[in-house]
Amino acid sequence: MASLALLACMATASLCAPFYARDIAHTDPFRSNVAGSFTLDGQQIDIMQPDDNPLHLGLSPVGPTWRAPFFLGADSQGRDVAARLLYGGRNSLLIAFFAAALCMILSATVGIFAGFFGGVLDMVLSRIMDIMWAVPVYLFAISLSIVTIAQGLKIGPFTIASDNLLLPIFIIALVYIPYAARVVRGRVMTLRNAEFVLAARSLGVPRFRILMVDILPNVTGSLVALAPLLTALALLTESALSFLSIGVQAPAASWGTIIQDGEGLIYTRPMVAMAPGLAIVLVVLALNVLGDTLRDALDVRDSRRENG
Amino acid sequence: MDADMPLLDVRDLRVTLTGSEKDITLVDSVSFTAGAGEILGLVGESGSGKSVTALAIMGLLDMPGLVVSGSVRFRGRELVGLSQRALRHVRGREIAMIFQDPMTAFTPVYTIGWQIDEAIRAHEKISRRDARTRTVKLLNEMGVPDPERTANRYPHQLSGGLRQRAMIAMALSCNPALLIADEPTTALDVTVQAQILDLLRGLRHDYGSGVLLITHDMGVVAETCDDVLVLYSGRMAETGPAAALFARPAHPYTTALLDSIPPLTGPRPARLPSIAGVPPSPAARPSGCAFAPRCHYAHASCTTKPPLIVWEEQEVACVLPTEGHALPPRITAGETP
Repeated sequence: MASLALLACMATASLCAPFYARDIAHTDPFRSNVAGSFTLDGQQIDIMQPDDNPLHLGLSPVGPTWRAPFFLGADSQGRDVAARLLYGGRNSLLIAFFAAALCMILSATVGIFAGFFGGVLDMVLSRIMDIMWAVPVYLFAISLSIVTIAQGLKIGPFTIASDNLLLPIFIIALVYIPYAARVVRGRVMTLRNAEFVLAARSLGVPRFRILMVDILPNVTGSLVALAPLLTALALLTESALSFLSIGVQAPAASWGTIIQDGEGLIYTRPMVAMAPGLAIVLVVLALNVLGDTLRDALDVRDSRRENG
Repeated sequence: MDADMPLLDVRDLRVTLTGSEKDITLVDSVSFTAGAGEILGLVGESGSGKSVTALAIMGLLDMPGLVVSGSVRFRGRELVGLSQRALRHVRGREIAMIFQDPMTAFTPVYTIGWQIDEAIRAHEKISRRDARTRTVKLLNEMGVPDPERTANRYPHQLSGGLRQRAMIAMALSCNPALLIADEPTTALDVTVQAQILDLLRGLRHDYGSGVLLITHDMGVVAETCDDVLVLYSGRMAETGPAAALFARPAHPYTTALLDSIPPLTGPRPARLPSIAGVPPSPAARPSGCAFAPRCHYAHASCTTKPPLIVWEEQEVACVLPTEGHALPPRITAGETP
């Protein structure tokens, strides 16, 4: 329950991102603002301040003020980290959620067809899954991203630009299909031999109806239990890709890109990298707890394949 | 359809599991007929091929490597080798099946009534509302109290007996001519068992259905069946009218099965006779009589596979009657049916 509340808070906060940026912080989190300044307690403060070293060489962005503008300080571009964090949460959560949803739909389809019809179809689908599974998930995602980010994706008349969020969604959904499809396939294979399926067949119920009526509702339990875990994995993958700047493209933010922004400031302004990192940890933790709770509640006893 | 044509005519049915090393025969040359309004008992220990026979008749054995050969004629129509699409119209509408465990025979995610509606709608184009009317009527006929409310319950909310009634209602939903009951009472306690058997017996009057009753319980056979087929290790051991078979079993296996029922009258046996050993696995079946290793009467001529011979009223796969050493009639305390 607590995990669900935390997730709801995160999602709501992220949705309020424009409100915070415009009405509370009065900043534009997507525009570089190195020369700017802001007022705090009646004092005019430069966003970029001289370094703390004895010679005051170089500039560092302002640290956390713990107040409305620059709550968490600024990044090296002089942008409000708190506002970017909220905007980044939008992208990260959006991508994680839709990638997981897409992955569930695709892997449920693959798993159900492979498990139910068996034979050649199962062999072909399972071998494809094996091949995909043989490539390390991140390596696979990175290679796909690099290719598609470089020139966008052109499928016939449709072109997906390289800064479109659909790209990371598709890529993340694709690489986790084997992970989820295996679980579904195994479940369907046990269900296929269940007596109620035999009973339905003995009553002359058509195969497609058996699939929809007897099989599908009985795998939803596994799917529901799998969903939060898959979302957590998708979030982690998205952050990793964005950190490598092959996920969400600048100037748009995601928790991964903010960590990358904070990478160079890790000694002087650790909050820039730590805040999104903490957000990721919290959300992933909450999702995992939620997944475990759901699994216990739905009593899904499938052995899950651990992800490396 | 000829008047004298049996409802179901199974000839030389053979189910083989083809493997990489050798083929294993699960059901070996089983033949029998079942008439309309007749109850035929299929008896045997676990693993004797009863359920496999039933599934083969329904065409439900589609696992890779399983080969069904021989002939299954239903109302003169050959079912072996029929496409799944064609079989689908036979299943449920002409032959229906009920299963041993009514708990697992219903999908846990829908109500009983919903599932029976589905079974009806799989064969007939009628509205959900009309289907439900029929479902409630069926449940009522099966002796389900308060059928309308029961129809809206989930399988786990019903008792075993009620579930089995609902299962039978579902099987009868399209008025099949033949009902295959695969150990319908095994999972139930004795009083409920008797009610369900009464129900099955009533079916042939009310619906004129033939019933193929699969069981390992000789008591159930004595109570309900007209004819009996005793299977052992996938082969026919003995077949004939139930009364004759109970009075004068010709196969030592039938005798042993009957002896292992505790007698109701007379002195209490010190130890209930049982059949020593276990049935051979189909892969390691002896080349001669399959029962020979466990048989008290086994002798030299049992090393060849005994043919099925006609003896008195029944057919039996044993050499004893031809060798002039037929088993004596059973002495029972006057309760043989």
